[in-house]
Amino acid sequence: MAPVARGFHGRRRTEESGRLPPGQYLTLDFPVLSAGPTPHTPTDRWSFSIDGAVDRTISWTWEQFLALPTEEVTVDIHCVTKWSKLDTRWRGVPVDSMLHNVSTSAQYLTAWSDGGYTTNLAVSDVTGGKAWIVYEYDGEALEPEHGGPARLLVPALYFWKSAKWVRGLRLTDEDEPGFWEGYGYHNHGDPWREQRYQGD
Amino acid sequence: MLDVPNWPGHLAGQHVDLRLTAEDGYQAQRSYSIASAPEDRDLVLTVARVDDGEVSPYLVDDLQPGDELEVRGPIGGYFAWEDRMTGPVLLVGGGSGVVPLRSMLRHHRASQSTLETRLIYSVRSPEDVIYRDELTELAGDDTIDVRLAFTRTSPPEWDGLRGRIDAGVLDDLGWDSSPDAVAFICGPNGFVEFVAQSLVALGHPPRQIKTERFG
Repeated sequence: MAPVARGFHGRRRTEESGRLPPGQYLTLDFPVLSAGPTPHTPTDRWSFSIDGAVDRTISWTWEQFLALPTEEVTVDIHCVTKWSKLDTRWRGVPVDSMLHNVSTSAQYLTAWSDGGYTTNLAVSDVTGGKAWIVYEYDGEALEPEHGGPARLLVPALYFWKSAKWVRGLRLTDEDEPGFWEGYGYHNHGDPWREQRYQGD
Repeated sequence: MLDVPNWPGHLAGQHVDLRLTAEDGYQAQRSYSIASAPEDRDLVLTVARVDDGEVSPYLVDDLQPGDELEVRGPIGGYFAWEDRMTGPVLLVGGGSGVVPLRSMLRHHRASQSTLETRLIYSVRSPEDVIYRDELTELAGDDTIDVRLAFTRTSPPEWDGLRGRIDAGVLDDLGWDSSPDAVAFICGPNGFVEFVAQSLVALGHPPRQIKTERFG
């Protein structure tokens, strides 16, 4: 049993507490916690590609991407730095439909972004209705600070896996730790099992 | 000042997670930058009191010697002083963002680093400056330069930086002409974002700009 911090009471929020994973607190802000400067890629120079261990590479220009069928989703998001934000609203293209015409036996992928950021995921983490490439937040174009023009959205995992400024998914036969994973953050990142750091 | 049995040591710039457990089992966790250098005997955290915070008021107002907390770390190997860095180093801190930078300067001194290092530390008023005397002392080293910038009120007869740090200040004081220069920027997000974008615009390689944002 953890040592009791003498006199600590904390602040209980019973209404949402069932929706907060262990160790998280509710925020009404939308904190920005990127590791470096914010990239600013104009949409006329943007493209998104799926490559790596695939039968053929596919890519989309911004116009082609916007022409894909999209969904609006409302999800809770959880950052490894302990804040959670509930009922965030996004619009984007399901990763399922982007992978639809891709033939692969790869079980992993690396999402890579402008500025050099990467994060690794199992294909099963981004398929079956669990991930989107989103370009709108709360009804407006996604701002660069929050990952615009487009970011990956994987709400079931800690938010560092929802790569900002995403430009592609590279399918891989081996699981290749990405940026934060290489700095000691957990390879999988399930907030409900509190998988924050390696060894959790 | 924490006494952590079996503390494995840390890199300047890293942080720890603190977890507090109330008597009924309720827990809250927060991250705090380590203020002490790896060479310091004691692990020290400097906590800024957030008025409506859940954890910091307890740590600042109620915590007493002998109290127990759970500590996890060190965490974060990215925003950290690496001894293999070769370039000049620019440290830019806004408010409590100076905490990990202070750890870096202490490490610079303790490890007898020869890297040209400049700290630009932005605060609202003189009473907001932390580590005032220590920073003055650190600046006595030939390779360490410390510049305070006051955005709201400055001390009487202040002839240093006034107002928000702008591109002109960063142009003057940054190391943009050096290809190995590394910048560490820490503080509130708006501050960090502005400084980072300005450095990029001045030609500082983006991959050599590291940021730690306090939300």
